[in-house]
Amino acid sequence: MHKIAVVGDKDSIYGFASLGLGIFPCDDGESASKTVKELAKNGYGVIYITEELFELIGDDVEHFRDMPLPAIIPIPGVKGNTGVGMRNVSVSVEKAVGSDIIS
Amino acid sequence: MNVNPTRMELTNLKRKLTTARRGHKLLKDKRDELMRRFLDMVRENKELRREVEKAILDSNKHIAVARSVMSGEALDVALLLPKQEVSLDVTSRNVMSVDIPVFDIKFRSDNEADAYSYGLAFTSGDLDTAVEELSVVFKKMIRLAEIEKSCQMMSAEIEKTRRRVNALEHVLIPQYIDTIKYITMKLDENERSTTTRLMKVKDMMMNQQIEMQKRAERLLNA
Repeated sequence: MHKIAVVGDKDSIYGFASLGLGIFPCDDGESASKTVKELAKNGYGVIYITEELFELIGDDVEHFRDMPLPAIIPIPGVKGNTGVGMRNVSVSVEKAVGSDIIS
Repeated sequence: MNVNPTRMELTNLKRKLTTARRGHKLLKDKRDELMRRFLDMVRENKELRREVEKAILDSNKHIAVARSVMSGEALDVALLLPKQEVSLDVTSRNVMSVDIPVFDIKFRSDNEADAYSYGLAFTSGDLDTAVEELSVVFKKMIRLAEIEKSCQMMSAEIEKTRRRVNALEHVLIPQYIDTIKYITMKLDENERSTTTRLMKVKDMMMNQQIEMQKRAERLLNA
């Protein structure tokens, strides 16, 4: 049985606590990267992370892309949408097709 | 390719070439089918992501309003002791030899009111709205996680398959064809040289015989 985690700044993620998800407040890229790696080891199947932090730790979690678990999914934080989530989808398309044909 | 131009090598190579051609065709079919499914999935992924992002932004706005009318501690108290608990069941589905994950969520209690982990008396109404919005969008978020992961894994698989197809098509198969051609030419050449040698030998033997006959005739006449 797996668990679901939400990583991000406190203001963005407290709402998810009421749903029963594990919340892990992080403010900078370094601690976020550490947290995500820790969570991946401890049986979290899905890790939602705010887009701001996702951008900071992008390279550290790159190798999770090809693994079945965990799924690391960027979500918009309280400061708004940076568009990295959408770009992340485009990266998949680019990898598969060679260029982003769905925009 | 560095091989001996022998008949055995030729048969081996021909067999390898048919296998490579069949493999190439199969892999190409696999790539096309993967691509078709992948494109469908990516479209759904983008659509879903747009919806989820919008819903989360809305909910964040409501939380921001709630935060401004309530004290920080009160908000923390209200949210940080959830009644609800979610667990995730992960199974996998095989799509064209890619094991894509299937997520299934289970709530500890089915009562929807359990999403509110606080009494309604001391909290702002905006908090209720935010929590409600999040619990509605949560199912979509799970589907988003599932489909986004699937897209990532499928794109990796497509890349791999495409490389294999290209390697077969542009490297291995032409190499086999070239080598087969080389061996065939070499064997033909050998055969031709044998024929000429035989002709030459026959010619020499004929000359010898004629010489002998002539000598015999001369002896008889003398």
